[in-house]
Amino acid sequence: MGLLAAGMLAVAGPAGASDKDASAKAGRVPTPVIKVHKGDKCVEPTEVMRRDHMNMILHQRDETMHRGIRSSKHSLKECINCHADPVTNSVLGPEGFCEACHTYAAVSMDCFSCHTPTAESKAAALGDGDRLLNMIQNGRRAPEVRP
Amino acid sequence: MSMNRRDFLAAGGAAVAGTALLPGLKLIELAQARSPDEAVTSLHRWGLLIDASQCATGCDACVTACHEENGVTDEGNPATDAQWIRKVTLKDKQTGFVQTLPMMCLHCEHPPCVDVCPTGASFKRADGIVLVDKHICIGCRYCMMACPYKARSFIHENITDQKHNAPRGKGTVESCTLCVHKVDRGDGTTACAEACTKEGHQAILFGDLKDPNSEISMRLAAQPSKQIRADLGLNTGVRYQNI
Repeated sequence: MGLLAAGMLAVAGPAGASDKDASAKAGRVPTPVIKVHKGDKCVEPTEVMRRDHMNMILHQRDETMHRGIRSSKHSLKECINCHADPVTNSVLGPEGFCEACHTYAAVSMDCFSCHTPTAESKAAALGDGDRLLNMIQNGRRAPEVRP
Repeated sequence: MSMNRRDFLAAGGAAVAGTALLPGLKLIELAQARSPDEAVTSLHRWGLLIDASQCATGCDACVTACHEENGVTDEGNPATDAQWIRKVTLKDKQTGFVQTLPMMCLHCEHPPCVDVCPTGASFKRADGIVLVDKHICIGCRYCMMACPYKARSFIHENITDQKHNAPRGKGTVESCTLCVHKVDRGDGTTACAEACTKEGHQAILFGDLKDPNSEISMRLAAQPSKQIRADLGLNTGVRYQNI
């Protein structure tokens, strides 16, 4: 039982342990490197994100693919845009936001066998001038520009 | 094209909603300005009209633009490399007349690829765009055999450096998406149509087949056009002229 509890604690380490727990086992239990580069909070509270990010991405995936809903809040693209390492421009790599934790928890992820792990350049994300000009000329509303 | 009861009611409801708007704001503008969190509807059906007489022999601007837009790369295996769009050359053996035209997924109303898919990965969106959901594609390639237009390709190699708007990966089937990311963004065109216009050929026209005031609908109503293999009764979303 003690072994089981220890195992659960180790899994809970990156996924919702309090600071007190983290400091108590610091030095004995290796923890993943989690580097956050942008912003002070995610789209949901950290505890929710750690437990449920996969469900959010899965839900959004079907909404986007089958119904054409491309809102950015729970989209994989926005995860990557925000969490990509500024040096490598990627969420993969030994200290990449996704890979560091997934390697630690020994959970494989299939996202990046098809999706690019790199952040969009700002120009690409906002669209080029020609496109906006086209939309204005055609009387369409320009897409919302996100910061 | 006959309208079923559901479409009629949906169109009628939208028309009523349209009349309550400010003067000058037409229903079509409202519909095209779909916000990113709204689902696509069957009020539109996107399609292409390809005028083969305007398609220049030797020009492959549409193919290049498509493959650039969607990150379709040359893996060095011509027999199996993915082709989302290709140029086809037709020759009349009796007269020697040669013409070329681009072929891609024709976005059928009754797509055989959807009928045969065992997982539901091959599907038609409400606005008529036929897509592969690569998340649930198992790579069986039934759809490739079912498609009468040879529109689909299978990815044999590991792929890297995909485009942000076009995820691609080994073991799945793919085809022309009618630049669905551009359609959803409201660009009102596809990479191939854009490139063709830029080259000055104007052989490819993108538009809404359900909007009677769109250029594509008006041209289809006024000029002769053909569906390739119309005998199959698939009601293709991509139509051809002068072939």
